[in-house]
Amino acid sequence: MSILDVKNLSVRFETPDGVVNAVNDVSFKLGEGKTLAIVGESGSGKSQSAFGIMGLLPKNGHAAGSVKYLGNEILNLPETEMNKYRANEIAMIFQDPMTSLNPYMRISKQLNEVLIHHKGMSQSDAMKESIRMLDSVQIPDAANRVRMYPHEFSGGMRQRVMIAMALLCRPKLLIADEPTTALDVTVQAEIMDLLIDLQEDFGMAIILITHDMGIVAGSCEDTLVMFGGNVMEYRPTIDLFETPRHPYTRGLLEAVPRLDRDVDVLSTVSYDFLVGGKT
Amino acid sequence: MSEPILSVKDMKVYFDVRDENASGIFSKTKKLKAVDGVSFDLMPGETLGIVGESGCGKSTLARSIIRLVKATSGEAFWMGRDLLKLSDADMLAVRKDIQMIFQDPLASLNPRMTCGEIIAEPLKTHFKGMGKAERREKVRAMLEKVGMDPAQINRYPHEFSGGQCQRIGIARALITNPKLIICDEPVSALDVSVQAQVVNLLMKLQDELGISLLFIAHDLSVVKHISNRVMVLYFGNVVEIGTSQQIIRDPQHEYTKKLIASVPIPDPKKEMERRDIRRAKRAAASA
Repeated sequence: MSILDVKNLSVRFETPDGVVNAVNDVSFKLGEGKTLAIVGESGSGKSQSAFGIMGLLPKNGHAAGSVKYLGNEILNLPETEMNKYRANEIAMIFQDPMTSLNPYMRISKQLNEVLIHHKGMSQSDAMKESIRMLDSVQIPDAANRVRMYPHEFSGGMRQRVMIAMALLCRPKLLIADEPTTALDVTVQAEIMDLLIDLQEDFGMAIILITHDMGIVAGSCEDTLVMFGGNVMEYRPTIDLFETPRHPYTRGLLEAVPRLDRDVDVLSTVSYDFLVGGKT
Repeated sequence: MSEPILSVKDMKVYFDVRDENASGIFSKTKKLKAVDGVSFDLMPGETLGIVGESGCGKSTLARSIIRLVKATSGEAFWMGRDLLKLSDADMLAVRKDIQMIFQDPLASLNPRMTCGEIIAEPLKTHFKGMGKAERREKVRAMLEKVGMDPAQINRYPHEFSGGQCQRIGIARALITNPKLIICDEPVSALDVSVQAQVVNLLMKLQDELGISLLFIAHDLSVVKHISNRVMVLYFGNVVEIGTSQQIIRDPQHEYTKKLIASVPIPDPKKEMERRDIRRAKRAAASA
């Protein structure tokens, strides 16, 4: 059985200027322990799809369709029901770790809180588990670092803390929304490699949301390309990169300058596939 | 070989910062060496890429050359004259020849000015005798040159997309016919499809106008594509400088090697191999 089965997911927002359809008819299946990339440029609806699935849309947002987690419908569950899935079953990490961590609280308290709340652990057990998790995300000297505040960590280390926090309850699915976009390239590679290692260790599935085709190439079995709220192409990553079928996918792949290739002029994305072109 | 248009010698920029480790009732300061003795030459019509991680001093270096930050010591010879020793009036005259493009396209444009006024601003500063009609004509021509519709001259920045705002930034930089443009992460805030358009535009304009570019970016793939030579900065020092091909094919410094190994390549098979190589390296390092 797939861990996540999304059918005809749509997200729309009611705004003073009318209804905005941010996501239209997105469907995909994610197997246990597998990785799916959702790629697109800004405004493509990739993050809103994830927010829709997690029930994190703002008040004026509405999700429709079906999202089955291990066979159970979870789309638009009441808050109390959904909270049973969050953290325990499905965890999420975001682009900017500093906005997700509380600057006034020691890392230890923020991590322990998750375990005490969701797992009912005692303070001392939670502390041990938190330190063990910081070890797993390769934070050196975890036993001492756990008492530090978020600002005492570098950007890469903060993202490791975020990943540790997300993994505390051993979720079966991790949704990572642009997890490395704010980081230096060398740190980005370390974090992505770490995520893939952890995925193997913990046996979890990952949905990776990104704009970077390079990152997708290295880490995901399947890739779903979005544009303007619609799915352009959804295929195994290797096939999609080797023989992109949709002109938009092809355009995106060719517009990226590459270290291993020399071209005189970068090709630009053509929007001829849209009826009447891009406005 | 022609003379360099810009020759930077032993540039140092130090900042005083609070020393966190010092004790006692008097606050103590220490020197943060943001740029620590950087030297390079830039030829007419050449693009020199500057790469390095955040905090390596690449923006501070660029800003110190045009005196947006004060250099601690060093020299920056612009066609034979040391920019750091010029009087304010002389420096203002030089700024006509050295323009700058910034990272955040919207933040670097005044929201209360129309795009026409924004682009005309350098003309008001540097060509005081120019009449209003002539200015407007120049702005319209420049809008066309950067691929925008001159009919949009009276629109405000928020009415444009990120890519269009960056084109306005480029138009503002080009309007004084500069000889050098310092581009500080000009495409890092843009989507890849827009990034390709802006990179192509910059390269085309440079080719037509023969200007030099200092191109600062953290994305080595973009820097390699646009630059003749690449300079790698690490903790305020130049660790490597050479042609783009040299740097990519035969990196000498450990940091450059690590950077090249980390840049993602949109090719699944290559990327898997590279991950295995990185893993082996890390395992060897921690053993």
